[in-house]
Amino acid sequence: MNKTSWQNLTRGIIRENPVLVMMLGMCPTLGVTTSATNGLGMGIATLLVLCISNVLISAVKNFIPDTVRIPCYIVIIASCVTVIEMLMEAYLPLLYGALGIYIPLIVVNCIILGRAEAFAAHNNMIQSLLDAIGMGTGFTLSLAVLGLIRELLGSYSIFGYALTGADVEPILMFIMPPGAFLTLAGLMLIFNKMKGQK
Amino acid sequence: MTYLMIFISAIFVNNIVLSQFLGICPFLGVSKKITTALGMGCAVMFVMTLATIVTHLVYYQLLLPLNLVYMQTVVFILVIAALVQMVEIMLKKTAPALYQALGIFLPLITTNCAVLGVAILSIQKSYGLFSSVCFSLANAMGFTLAIVLFASIRERLDRAEVPEALKGAPIALITAGLLSMAFMGFSGVGM
Repeated sequence: MNKTSWQNLTRGIIRENPVLVMMLGMCPTLGVTTSATNGLGMGIATLLVLCISNVLISAVKNFIPDTVRIPCYIVIIASCVTVIEMLMEAYLPLLYGALGIYIPLIVVNCIILGRAEAFAAHNNMIQSLLDAIGMGTGFTLSLAVLGLIRELLGSYSIFGYALTGADVEPILMFIMPPGAFLTLAGLMLIFNKMKGQK
Repeated sequence: MTYLMIFISAIFVNNIVLSQFLGICPFLGVSKKITTALGMGCAVMFVMTLATIVTHLVYYQLLLPLNLVYMQTVVFILVIAALVQMVEIMLKKTAPALYQALGIFLPLITTNCAVLGVAILSIQKSYGLFSSVCFSLANAMGFTLAIVLFASIRERLDRAEVPEALKGAPIALITAGLLSMAFMGFSGVGM
């Protein structure tokens, strides 16, 4: 694997992390991360949609007239989301129920249209796939970490397994809406601090 | 009474931004000044209400009779994209100053999850046409209220001394968190 490919693959994970650095895809980030499982599930669903749509858009980029490219991209993305939504409803009904309205809303996740416009429209299919995998992984990791922290603090459990032992009252606020904003703020604070020290 | 309930519930109790997390991107992005926030709020209000009416009609008159309900996501987003394009052209002609101010965020209403979210939610709640209109209008008002409040706090925040690492996004998120906490006080009002 040459240097550019490697860069395309790893860029999205830390350096241009879609959530913590670029602040894209905020709605699912804040909305579904009440537990680590939900965060991870949402992340993986988005990762899949991102991979399929990036590859498809890269494949058809030369056939789409420039003036109507955005509607075309949106149709491609919406079709991918519909497929993933149906698959989840059939095979993962529990997760499907938990994520609810946020699954059809993957269509309007800025990361996906953003990557289509910024990357897949100018690069070949393999590079687009690598970019999608990197960005998707970065997104999934941020969501999983956020979910993990909120679940741990808010309901005192990890991936649905309740912790026992120390007698701790969970801080309910962390799985309520304000907790989402505050946890993400804390995560970004740590991220900024680390970046500042480098 | 039910309509009043819809309004109170959507604006205060289940505020679309602060408790449902829809439309966070414009909420964080165009909230640096009250005037632009208000403009964005009005644009969303217009698009959201129009979009909900059109998607409602499309769903009940077209998709349901033709058994094409699974096409919902694709069709809805296309309708919204077309509407946004229209609003953009209209604004460019009639209010160029506002058009300048909203800049890149106007096309981004297409990817504003609040608009698609409200369209889907009002289908899910099986509202009639008039209730849907009330529901979308109420949600858009909730959005405008949240973004204007947030912008006014941020305007004052500009003059405050913020620690280096907290500058930019983190302090904005903390502010949003506090605002959301304030709105939690409404839970229990109504239903």
